Amino acid sequence: MDAVMLSRLQFAVATYFHFLFVPFTLGLSVLVAIMETQWVRTGDEEYKRMAKFWGKLFVINFALGVVTGITLEFQFGTNWSRYSKYVGDIFGSLLAIEATVAFFLESTFIGIWVFGWKKLSPKAHAACIWLVAAASNISAYWILVANSWMQHPVGYVIQNNRAELADFWAVISQPYAVWMFLHVISGAYILAGFFVMGVSAYHILRKQNLSFFKRSFRLAVTFAAIFSIAEIVIGDFHGKEMMKAQPTKAAAAESVWETMKGAPMYLFVIPDEANQRNSVEILGIPKLLSWVALGDKDGVYKGLKEWPKEERPPVALTFWSFRLMVALGFFFAVMSIIAWAKRNRPEDSPKFLRSLIYCIPLPYLAAGLGWTVTEVGRQPWIVYGMMKTTDAASRLSGSQVGISLAAFVLVYTLLGIACFYLMFKYARQVPELSRAADNK
Amino acid sequence: MLQTIWFLLWGVLWAVYFMLDGFDLGLGTLAPFVASNDTDKRVIYNSMGPFWDGNEVWLITAGGVTFAAFPTTYAVMFSALYTPLLLLLFALILRGVAIEFRDKTDNRTWQRLWDVCHFVGSFVPSLLLGVAFANIFMGIPIDAEGEFHGNLFTLLNWYGLLGGILFLLLFLVHGALWLAIKAEGTLEARAGKAAAGIWLVLLIVAVIFLAATWFATGLYGNYLSSPVLLLIPLITVAALLAVRLFIGQKAWWKAWFASCLTIVGATLFGVVGLYPNLFPSSLDPSFSLTIFNSSSSPLTLKIMLGVALTFVPIVIIYQIWGYYLFKDKVTEKDLASEEGY
Repeated sequence: MDAVMLSRLQFAVATYFHFLFVPFTLGLSVLVAIMETQWVRTGDEEYKRMAKFWGKLFVINFALGVVTGITLEFQFGTNWSRYSKYVGDIFGSLLAIEATVAFFLESTFIGIWVFGWKKLSPKAHAACIWLVAAASNISAYWILVANSWMQHPVGYVIQNNRAELADFWAVISQPYAVWMFLHVISGAYILAGFFVMGVSAYHILRKQNLSFFKRSFRLAVTFAAIFSIAEIVIGDFHGKEMMKAQPTKAAAAESVWETMKGAPMYLFVIPDEANQRNSVEILGIPKLLSWVALGDKDGVYKGLKEWPKEERPPVALTFWSFRLMVALGFFFAVMSIIAWAKRNRPEDSPKFLRSLIYCIPLPYLAAGLGWTVTEVGRQPWIVYGMMKTTDAASRLSGSQVGISLAAFVLVYTLLGIACFYLMFKYARQVPELSRAADNK
Repeated sequence: MLQTIWFLLWGVLWAVYFMLDGFDLGLGTLAPFVASNDTDKRVIYNSMGPFWDGNEVWLITAGGVTFAAFPTTYAVMFSALYTPLLLLLFALILRGVAIEFRDKTDNRTWQRLWDVCHFVGSFVPSLLLGVAFANIFMGIPIDAEGEFHGNLFTLLNWYGLLGGILFLLLFLVHGALWLAIKAEGTLEARAGKAAAGIWLVLLIVAVIFLAATWFATGLYGNYLSSPVLLLIPLITVAALLAVRLFIGQKAWWKAWFASCLTIVGATLFGVVGLYPNLFPSSLDPSFSLTIFNSSSSPLTLKIMLGVALTFVPIVIIYQIWGYYLFKDKVTEKDLASEEGY
């Protein structure tokens, strides 16, 4: 394998791993903040115990999110130096703003929150976790603005042999970024919601600390239901932006080869990339694809054959990732609506509760699939329509990248196991019930 | 002008990073030698607990600002220093995770494992950051295309290693002083003793480094042409001597602040000497990356300046508040509470 492919794999490993922790912290910070606010407002100590119990899981994830995030920033320079040089004027500044505006806030106040239970008044302490929650969500916005610019470059001019900033506002306010942000944030909230639901379900099934976990369950189910329903609408808008900005990605995501007016949507498709067709297309709904993607049932949907082969992304991987992600998205909506209906007496449906435990990994899977569509679907471009991925890599030797990739896989696997072990341990712990625990 | 302002900001960001994470890294390296039991170890972890995360963001910002303000330098520097940077990265990953994970179970093997990770993850960055900066001061074998002609061992030359040892010693003293501030009783006494002992070695190495810099680098050029700049190394040396004075008085906070000033001064001494270079080439001065041939567009520099001048002061204010909040010693009572490590 050449250095470019190895660098791509290394980036993929670093990104997938980083994104196991990020959505969890994005969502859970808000949930913990709500719990602590309830404690401040009502004085009910159970809310405080909730904030501490879920907060502990939050902190474990947060540490890994931070340290694996540095890898992402460094890799643009180490492995993608020609990219960094070409677009640093715009892309680099977005990363720097993210660090200055949001990341400092998040990282400073998480320390204060963890250690400050007795040093601060309850109100000030709750304000700290709100700052952490706000900062991590603001941080996500800047990062996604940067990624959106790779998907749909705007507000730039090509001069001095590179892309230079021309219109900052256009870069940070483009609809692609706004929809992508809402899409990712909702996905993160769904993930956190399903996590809290699943862990609560585990304890409710064992009749442990029922009031504590039913309360957690009710909060999480509301959160998950709101955002999984919203995600269907947001996902549709985000998809329409993708259609406008990145027609090759959209065509690959739907595996459409021929340009069609009033394109139908097939519920089951198997792409045959070698022969530039689909080997199976069944259960077609006429004109649905044109209507969903273009907002016009008779709209012209461009097929992959419009572009030369070397400008198309890998179709099968993009297609399957997209399909599975969308299917999971609908599944989350259904599950969380059922859960919402059962929210007051979840203990009456043990089978459903058990299924919720097994749902915990699914939003993680959906998030990974989403990034696969985003990044693999953008190929062969690193900046869509502007710069090819093969022109972006540093001039490194294959062995150099091969060794670092192997090191990443090894270190990340070990860290992943350690983190999984701790999450398991703390999620299964029964929070202390006694008054004494509150006063300690 | 814009480029010069950004160059100074760039230098200040690195200086603040070294000043803040310096004590975490130094203390992490020192820990196995001053902690005699598990309680000592926990005091050490808790002494940096509320801070290490916020400290590390200065590194991320320094990296981000290099990317934003001088993208060509960022590209060439990070790809040329590929192996040392990834080693730094792995070390910092282990360090952060070790701090968070160590005390999450009572299993001794687990704790010992993370203690080792914490030591390695603190020692390696201290050394590598010094090696990297000393090599930058000296010049890196890059060609006109920014291609690096060398490998990890090219960087491990005598001057690079001397720089690494200097950083390590600076951080060790800094970390020992932090522990003296935060610990009580015998641990405090041992930390103070360690600071005094390492200080002497630091003084000797600092003198050798300043002399070696004359022969190995062109850093003194700027100082000879504008002698007023010599105030920077003079203040730095004065601060270093003050560190010892305050150690003698057991005035740990004062000694630590003097150590802060020493680290900031040492960094700025190098950075000012480097100006206007960011990443000099040792093959041919015309291949060097300077603030003029590697900067972003004026528009980007202006927008970023607005962001930096608004937010960095705010960051400084809330970080100072955070330090003020946790300024007290780590006590037995703190260790018994469920928060912390």
